[in-house]
Amino acid sequence: MDSTKKGYTSIHLGHGSGGLMTRELLDSLIFKTFSNPYLDQKHDGAIFNIEGPIAVSTDSFVVSPIFFKGGNIGELAVHGTVNDVAMCGAIPKFITLSFVVEEGLSMTDFTAIINSIKAAADDSGVQVVTGDTKVVERGKGDKIFINTTGFGAVHPRADIGTSNIRTGDKIIVNGYLAQHGMAIMSQREGLEFESTIESDTTNLNYLVKDLLDAFGSQIHLLRDPTRGGLASILSEIAEEIEMGIQLKENRLPIAKQVAAACEILGLDPLYVANEGVFVVIVDKAIEAEVLALMRKDPKGEHATYVGEVTAEHPGKVVMHSLIGGKRIVSPLIGEQLPRIC
Amino acid sequence: MKYLNEYRNLEATKGYLKLIAQTVTRPWQIMEICGGQTHSLVRNGILELLPEEVQMIHGPGCPVCVTPLQLIDKAVELLEQNVIVCSFGDMVRVPGSRKSLQEAKASGGDLRILYSPMEAIKIARENPDKEVVFFAVGFETTAPANALSVLHAQKEGLTNYAILVSHVLVPPAMEGILEDKFCNIKAFLGAGHVCAIMGMKEYYPLAKKHKIPIVITGFEPLDLVEGIYMSVKQLEEGRYEVENQYARVVKEGGNPEAKKIINTVFEVGDRAWRGLGVIPKSGYVLKKAYQAYDAEIKFGIQAMTAPENPDCIAGQILKGIKKPHQCSEFGKACTPANPLGAPMVSSEGACAAYYHYANNLISS
Repeated sequence: MDSTKKGYTSIHLGHGSGGLMTRELLDSLIFKTFSNPYLDQKHDGAIFNIEGPIAVSTDSFVVSPIFFKGGNIGELAVHGTVNDVAMCGAIPKFITLSFVVEEGLSMTDFTAIINSIKAAADDSGVQVVTGDTKVVERGKGDKIFINTTGFGAVHPRADIGTSNIRTGDKIIVNGYLAQHGMAIMSQREGLEFESTIESDTTNLNYLVKDLLDAFGSQIHLLRDPTRGGLASILSEIAEEIEMGIQLKENRLPIAKQVAAACEILGLDPLYVANEGVFVVIVDKAIEAEVLALMRKDPKGEHATYVGEVTAEHPGKVVMHSLIGGKRIVSPLIGEQLPRIC
Repeated sequence: MKYLNEYRNLEATKGYLKLIAQTVTRPWQIMEICGGQTHSLVRNGILELLPEEVQMIHGPGCPVCVTPLQLIDKAVELLEQNVIVCSFGDMVRVPGSRKSLQEAKASGGDLRILYSPMEAIKIARENPDKEVVFFAVGFETTAPANALSVLHAQKEGLTNYAILVSHVLVPPAMEGILEDKFCNIKAFLGAGHVCAIMGMKEYYPLAKKHKIPIVITGFEPLDLVEGIYMSVKQLEEGRYEVENQYARVVKEGGNPEAKKIINTVFEVGDRAWRGLGVIPKSGYVLKKAYQAYDAEIKFGIQAMTAPENPDCIAGQILKGIKKPHQCSEFGKACTPANPLGAPMVSSEGACAAYYHYANNLISS
């Protein structure tokens, strides 16, 4: 019973009615694609076992455009939640998947998104265990919104938390900043500019696991700077730990093309969203080893030290500029860009 | 990034800072005209690298900051009349007397954030049954593109396009600042990008009349320290000339083509400045032949007025009489999230620049 064969070339209100059309869409596309023992029970929810402490994270994805250079909203919805679970020091195992689809979304686009979710979930080692599909009238949504919730087993050696951070701890990022936000910007109405900047959307759970396997509790904190960028995350951390954070402008990894695009649009890459970047705060003793391990993984090949935790200026992030000046890096206030993730 | 990294060079910057320190013998107050320069000074931490004799005063060159309140109200009014209003991003959070453009958008207004007025022409073309207005704010820098959009609308016969004009000019503002009895400014860093369009000629009489050095300066750290050095050198030597630090961009005669386009569409007229009041012959207005594209006339909103917020000292900030942190509301009732006035909103505004990059250092 393939709904496309029955002539549905786009999503209709009926696909969210809970009736026959919904069931056909689920059977022909969603259950078929994501088939696994948990989902195949077609129950109201899923029952599963995870040993030990469990990390849970939830996120909604509303990015526009839904297809962008380097990815689409589907894989973003998997990566975003998988990464959030990983940042808790956990191994992601299961995710839930909920759609709010705007009437009229083409079946081709919806199918492409589903397939991309499947590929990203497989690649991340997570199974889709339950979900929901709602359809809203045309004009009441923006093509498609996706919510995912992830569950993971906390790594036995992980001890992630701001309370572990000490003066002198080193701050490391795994790769180039601001790629995702600038890829989205380059395709926005009214802003289109020629570029080959691609979103960095990817899963980070394996690299995180490798770090925890190797260094355990010497990894003090893991965070992924998505919306608000690196500046907002670090400001938040500084405030919480009541210590200072010193950033080195000449150490920030920013690809030339991204730096140029930011320059043209008047944006600060420190505030632009990332989807494949994470910040690791580690004991100063293991900085070199952490960098060496990260650089062996393609997702960490550009890993670099960007700054450290200081006793001075508690609660504040201070950037040491290229020309030897200093300035406070404050969190993002409103939106720097229209919706980006 | 060619032509950028060269101007963010540590050693070269240090060299000029050393020269400034060697040259200066007494306190001087220097005003950088342009908000982009203010932003760069603060963002790169240049202010604290300067010798204490050199005090930078932040000028009125932020178009968002000097756009009067009633213009925001007019744009809000247009949104409420179901007009598609197109604006540069910085304008949308500036509070009007009733609401900001952002709030008007949340109440259902069709607001589009653009980087170029030519995009607004495209929107007008694609929405023939809707009225489209571009919020044409800015100094001489944005005037050519805004004028060009009017010429394009005329050429294409687009009758659903108009501009809400709030164009202001730099030299009359400098004149206004110098004539204020509290003014203590001894030299200007001229606004590089404005001069890229207009050239240098209109600054000669100003320098001569007020015996004040004017150094046309760029925006990168190296530009700024060199511009400051050139100003200090003139002051110490008792000279008051117009000099061009930004020669890689600014030519003596400016950009003749851009000036021609401006002069086709606009003429100089009186303009209200936020916090500074009406300055005679200080802005552009549409010429009679192009009044069909004047949103104020088209929608009958010329007469709208709005009182300024009495707690905001934007006028004194823009004239350089007070620094942002000397305002009693700075960082308290007035923050970038809840701004009382425009200088706290715009990324080029002196208050926002202080808040984002420097205020916490001052308090610690």
